[in-house]
Amino acid sequence: MLYRTSGQFKTTYKADQALFPVRQDAILLGFILILAWAVFPLMASEFTFQALLIPVLVYALAAMGLNILTGYAGQLSLGTAAFMGVGAYACYKLITIFPGMNIVVAILLSGVFSAGVGVLFGLPSLRIKGFYLAIATLAAQFFLVWTFEEWAWLYNYNASGAIQVPNVEMFGTMVAGPLATSTTQYYLVLAIVTVMTIVCINLTRGTQGRTWKATRDMDIAAELIGINLLKSKLTAFAVSSYIVGVAGALFVFMWRGAAEPNLFSISLSFRILFIAIIGGLGSILGNYLGAILIVALPVVLNTLPHTLGIEISSATVEHLNIMIVGALIVFFLIIEPHGLARLWALIREKLIIWPFPH
Amino acid sequence: MELLYKIFIAPFQDMAAAPDFLMQVLWEGLVSGVLYALIALGFVLIFRSSRIFNFAQGIMVVFAALTLVGFHAMGIPAYVSVALTLVVMFGLAVGIERVVLRPLVGQPDIILFMATIGITLFLIGSGELIFGGENKRMITEELGIPTGAFEFNPFDGLLLLEQKDVTAVIGAVALVIGLLLFLNKTRMGRAIRALGDDSQAALSVGISQRTVWVMVWFIAGVIALVTGIVWGARAGVSFALEVIAYKALPVLMLGGLESITGAIVGGLMIGMMEKLFEIYWGQPLLGGGTESWFAFVLALLVLLFRPQGLFGEKIIERV
Repeated sequence: MLYRTSGQFKTTYKADQALFPVRQDAILLGFILILAWAVFPLMASEFTFQALLIPVLVYALAAMGLNILTGYAGQLSLGTAAFMGVGAYACYKLITIFPGMNIVVAILLSGVFSAGVGVLFGLPSLRIKGFYLAIATLAAQFFLVWTFEEWAWLYNYNASGAIQVPNVEMFGTMVAGPLATSTTQYYLVLAIVTVMTIVCINLTRGTQGRTWKATRDMDIAAELIGINLLKSKLTAFAVSSYIVGVAGALFVFMWRGAAEPNLFSISLSFRILFIAIIGGLGSILGNYLGAILIVALPVVLNTLPHTLGIEISSATVEHLNIMIVGALIVFFLIIEPHGLARLWALIREKLIIWPFPH
Repeated sequence: MELLYKIFIAPFQDMAAAPDFLMQVLWEGLVSGVLYALIALGFVLIFRSSRIFNFAQGIMVVFAALTLVGFHAMGIPAYVSVALTLVVMFGLAVGIERVVLRPLVGQPDIILFMATIGITLFLIGSGELIFGGENKRMITEELGIPTGAFEFNPFDGLLLLEQKDVTAVIGAVALVIGLLLFLNKTRMGRAIRALGDDSQAALSVGISQRTVWVMVWFIAGVIALVTGIVWGARAGVSFALEVIAYKALPVLMLGGLESITGAIVGGLMIGMMEKLFEIYWGQPLLGGGTESWFAFVLALLVLLFRPQGLFGEKIIERV
């Protein structure tokens, strides 16, 4: 009823290919943007910022990076966390070597380092395919985390071996470090994530995105119709690692405040992969839906027994958490292997023709 | 020059200077290689018969070992605990097939792969919930595994072979021989191989996919239990064992995802080479800890030349 598309005529091909062919979609997105930019920051508590809003944005961005590689270009990667780590350590080095550098510039630049490393580890993808490639990306995962541990220059020869985010000022306000407020950090993350999302949507809609999709669907066939596989796969690795690296820099600088090498372990890689797969491979929206699910679930599970008045020790809750996340992954894969984004698309189709069944 | 000397000459001089130590290192590597090979064997078995990349194999090792220790802690005799654990592993195989795999038949490989990661998380969570997260002692003596050590004196040196390691190697060899006999000589074994070769054809001659899948997951569970006992005897039983599951992955890459020979040869190669590299190159030159990534990088390099692994089926692509 609310979602009726009758009366919205398109007279040009361009209008049909527009970002929002249905007017309600644009209105819905506008509504969500107002929520994110104005309503949440006014209402949210410190806890909500730290436990829900910022993590959702950072994880969604990282998953978006992975989704470009796995969902659009079809190259399965299990080394996402390590590339996030490259971004984070690069940002840390940039900020400590050039203390006057604008933090946004530093965060965006740190992605370049991660992209470089990503291309390097992406080179084998030209010969290695499928699960073999997935295990090959694990080489990046374990090797890079080992590098973070052993190469003392990366963490400025700290005794603790961890990186601490210093206080960083931008235009007179603290934006990173212990003195920064959550609201400023949230706005900074939101701005970067919004811009990145727009870039990603348009990138995947255009020539580049179609090249990636052709590579994903069948790389030999793509090669035969004149797609340069080397270029296609390596750009996918570069763009993906860039976004993941920026997400890693935001992860440490805008959220965690400190990082040790173990933070970028394989379990983080898997968490990002869950978000991308549960959200839906080959979709931008899905990353947000998946991130909301994965971030909100533990928070809900932690508070639920308390509100119900059941006393469970925190260790038990932790274990139950892991169990339920595992079960939910299987559950979502069974009900909709193409992810939450496909679920939303189905609901949307139903809404358009509602109340008629066909 | 100094660096080249340290890389190419000094390690070999060290090896020649202390051959007994070299033999000790190789033996240690061989034993861990046997364990990697066993885990990889579980992977290969499931991959061959169902094209499922079973990420949960490593956690099944921990789960089986924990269940065994848990049963024994309840006062049940050791051998009865083993039997009960086997029953649990069979129940797990039936449960996984019924609840997870059957609804997902025919989905893309990556979806099934993700589902096994889901199973992994579920097993970690439930295992810690039931048995607790702390490190437990494997019931080595109770199972009748000797715990002394054989002492040899080659080259006027000292070589210590722990008896439980020797038992582990013998046990693993017996397991592999048994498995090969089962796969090649029995009706069920042939059915498993047939389903792996061509699932459509196998189904059309009346092989039940469900039975085969349950069987394969159960065999993987048995392998997991053996691995769990052997590794638990060395390092205790806890979820830290999980890391050895990752070690099995480069073994698979090196040996090829479909090849049982590949899993065994790859496992032994990686076990020995990573120990050698760590002792003679990693610790003097790179500050140690290279075992976490050496196997992966080695496998990656091999794969650049043979994309299907050393023993894998040749990948033929058609458009």
